[in-house]
Amino acid sequence: MNISRILAYTTRHLYLYRRSLPRLMEIFYWPVLDLVVWGFISVYLSEYRGGLPAFVSFFLGALILWDVLFRSQQGISVSFLEDMWSRNLLNIFVSPITPSEYIASLLVISFIKLLFASTVMVFLAWLLYSFNILTFGFHLIPLVANLIVMGWSVGIVTTALILRFGQEAEVLAWGIAFLFQPVSAVFYPVEVLPPFLQGIAMFIPSSHVFEGMRAVISGGDLPVEKMVWAFGLNCMYIFISVVFFFWIFRRVKEKGLLTKIGE
Amino acid sequence: MKTVLEVRNLTKYFNGFKAVDTISFDMYSGEILGLLGPNGAGKTTTLQMLLGLTTPSGGEIRIFGLPFEGHREEILHRVNFSSSYVALPYSLTVRENLMVFCRLYGVEKPERKIDELLDIFEIRNIKHIPARRLSSGQLTRLCLAKALLNDPDILFLDEPTASLDPDIADKTRGLLRRIREERGLSILYTSHNMKEMEEMSDRVIFMDRGRIIAMDKPEGILRRYSGRSLEEVFLKIARG
Repeated sequence: MNISRILAYTTRHLYLYRRSLPRLMEIFYWPVLDLVVWGFISVYLSEYRGGLPAFVSFFLGALILWDVLFRSQQGISVSFLEDMWSRNLLNIFVSPITPSEYIASLLVISFIKLLFASTVMVFLAWLLYSFNILTFGFHLIPLVANLIVMGWSVGIVTTALILRFGQEAEVLAWGIAFLFQPVSAVFYPVEVLPPFLQGIAMFIPSSHVFEGMRAVISGGDLPVEKMVWAFGLNCMYIFISVVFFFWIFRRVKEKGLLTKIGE
Repeated sequence: MKTVLEVRNLTKYFNGFKAVDTISFDMYSGEILGLLGPNGAGKTTTLQMLLGLTTPSGGEIRIFGLPFEGHREEILHRVNFSSSYVALPYSLTVRENLMVFCRLYGVEKPERKIDELLDIFEIRNIKHIPARRLSSGQLTRLCLAKALLNDPDILFLDEPTASLDPDIADKTRGLLRRIREERGLSILYTSHNMKEMEEMSDRVIFMDRGRIIAMDKPEGILRRYSGRSLEEVFLKIARG
């Protein structure tokens, strides 16, 4: 792995966000809108429900953490799409950058974008609703880390599918994370799911993260066994996603599709 | 003359269709080699295989004496590519675009290199302009500047003047010839502009239906096919 090449490709995206107001807005627009709309709805509903303590905290915590997963996935897939849209992919792939360095660079870009978007969300949640997710303290680290890695796995698989199926698969970059939302138990506990979905949720790292978050908000300890299980699953999924990407990349080169992406 | 590119029995199948059919050729140091043929002849697929974008079904590619497979990084450090069908990120300025590729190729003193190339292509005045605001002529010159950032020993050009007006196209050809003479650069060139091919190429490879049907100096090709111009020969071949 050549760090200079990884940073070079990262710089390409940092230049883009420095230059393009619409791209910069895209990082902040949806997270802020989600937080404002759903935040006020949860404040309103909390007045009527009464029975569920910390309703607003559950909801805002879930919104912020869901955005971590969603943004880390998008940070990878959309960065790849940027080069597809600007017809720059061939320039990249005929340069000495290796596919591993390319993936590593996408991870760095995703992390930087996530850092900016999350900072804004955390600040707004504190400002508008007096909800400070940082009170989670060190518990926040395993929660966020697991969501980032899961987002990366989904992002790498999405990018591989776009590589293989071209522009037709572009929609996956925007929608694929939501496929996991129902079984991630983002806004409700896993136990409300029907048994067969509970079975699936068991193998979705994010479901353990959101269960952990609710435990912390309820004043309990972070369920370590859930975090370890999520970590184990994530290790497996990130490995599978990288292997899948390389397999698809090889197939795409065999089929001569690399030059047709974006057509 | 030193051989910089050796292609032996290169073959490519797409779903049973033979797009490139056991072709063999060499390219020498400082040579401009034109790759010519009607649509579907296999030129682009050949170029893609030489750049490692498409995996060959068979045969061997050796660049600078090294097999491409297993020496990808080493080889790509010493070659570059430009095509009228490939662009650069529109939101980035000319300088930013070139800076990214300087870093990808590990160019030392990138600012100096960028200025030097912008001067050669007479586009220093647009250094801080986003690529989206460039004319197609300026964009082509930017892509060519990008292709020369790493002082390549081989340059692969896919229809580099396709979107240029005759004046800029002529200037670009002049520049490429000058750079070839100054740096001993080898250029593999595809174009549908027969006059350009005749003017630019030391040798021409004629491809049709995946096979090399002629490989010679332009005048040799004209003699062989009793044509007055490459365009006439091209039409003879394309129409069977």
